[in-house]
Amino acid sequence: MNASENLSGPAADPVADPVADPVVRVQGLRKRFGVNEVLKGIDLEVGRGEVVTIIGRSGSGKSTLLRCVNGLETFEDGALSVDGRPLRHGDAAAMRALRQRVGMIFQGFNLFPHLSVGRNVMLAPALVHRRPGRDGEAVARRLLERVGLAEKFEAWPDQLSGGQQQRVAIARALAMEPGVLLCDEITSALDPELVGEVLRVVESLAAEGMTLMMVTHEMGFARKVSDRVVFMHAGRIHEVGPPEQIFGAPQTPELRQFLAALH
Amino acid sequence: MVDFTLWDILRNLMLAARWTVLLSLAAFVGGGLLGLGLLLLRLARPRLAPLVVLHVRLFQGTPLLMQLFLAYFGLALLGLDVPAWAAAALALTLYASAFLCEIWRGSVEAVPRGQWEAAGSLALSFGETMRHVIGPQALRIAVAPTVGFLVQVIKGTALASVIGFVELTRAGTMIVNATFQPLAVYGCVALMYFLLCWPVSAWSLHLERRLRRERV
Repeated sequence: MNASENLSGPAADPVADPVADPVVRVQGLRKRFGVNEVLKGIDLEVGRGEVVTIIGRSGSGKSTLLRCVNGLETFEDGALSVDGRPLRHGDAAAMRALRQRVGMIFQGFNLFPHLSVGRNVMLAPALVHRRPGRDGEAVARRLLERVGLAEKFEAWPDQLSGGQQQRVAIARALAMEPGVLLCDEITSALDPELVGEVLRVVESLAAEGMTLMMVTHEMGFARKVSDRVVFMHAGRIHEVGPPEQIFGAPQTPELRQFLAALH
Repeated sequence: MVDFTLWDILRNLMLAARWTVLLSLAAFVGGGLLGLGLLLLRLARPRLAPLVVLHVRLFQGTPLLMQLFLAYFGLALLGLDVPAWAAAALALTLYASAFLCEIWRGSVEAVPRGQWEAAGSLALSFGETMRHVIGPQALRIAVAPTVGFLVQVIKGTALASVIGFVELTRAGTMIVNATFQPLAVYGCVALMYFLLCWPVSAWSLHLERRLRRERV
């Protein structure tokens, strides 16, 4: 089940260990903004059911890497595939096929403010999976119940707290039945007392076997739920390993410095 | 000499006002469709955006009067026998398309980027994103400036009088020439423009309030 159990050996090798049944496969990914190269050759595989957390300083390229996985950012070199579907920019059909396998949760929730909570969840399945009407509603209600918001089906996004909005965003992403869920600093815009309710939902997803790629500043949470932690530094994967090792016995001075700065 | 009563004046002006209304509608429907098409082209095919920008600059940067002259006399020079109403409708359509394209582009850009990203990450196509996510939000932002521009178009049709199209203003001039009562006649003309434009402005205000209260 848990892909990290197959992983052994030191994490000193900055290249991610091969994974048995990869959902996400990133090979030699390079990305530049103008003259500034933000990703300098990333190799990473994420196994089915695996929870991978990416940590690192701001500007280390971690959010950019995540946004490359579902094509929100283009990249110059390298290859990327999800569930065997290659990412091909400019090929609308290929992008649509890939994005159906990738869900994403954003820092700013990005709910559709002109649609009720229920219709936020139902919109994409109705359009992309052609699952309209009763069927879609039943699925949406079940997903909202799963994130603890069953009674908010008719509510409007601006009537909800940040934590509730983020949980709706999670339900909305799950409605597309993605093979992997990308979480881009999903608690960074929340008041401290609302962080817990969102993290509990993510934790339950991890426990149910959802494949997760997260960028987070919540180190306690990363340590608790991750199978593997990726430390990015200056556009490269600098250190990879199970959380006990990354947080307990960092190998490189950069990671030690990064962890020390958090306290 | 024939005596003209106020009723004669008003009746003739009202008959001519029909053409002002029709010309405004033609300009607005034509300009709206063309403007929307240009906007979608600009958003969906960024490579063609410079052409759209050129169109907008051209028709925003030249007087409507010149556009009317060019449509009327220019097409005639090319050997096309265009009636005044068609030339006026064409010029006003192109003029309105440029302004509406620009107004609506601003409205679309006022919708936060995160909405595009959320729709994209849910595998929605460009058309689906436009129709279900961006469009409804941009529409709410666009109502007030769009209807404001509609008022400009109604008043702009007055310029079509210079190429001989008999609408409200032209009819007014003709009646002045017959009655020698410029103050009364042009006063009536102004009043009629006001009666056309005022409900439109009021409707805009109403629509804006309603869209703010309700959700689509």
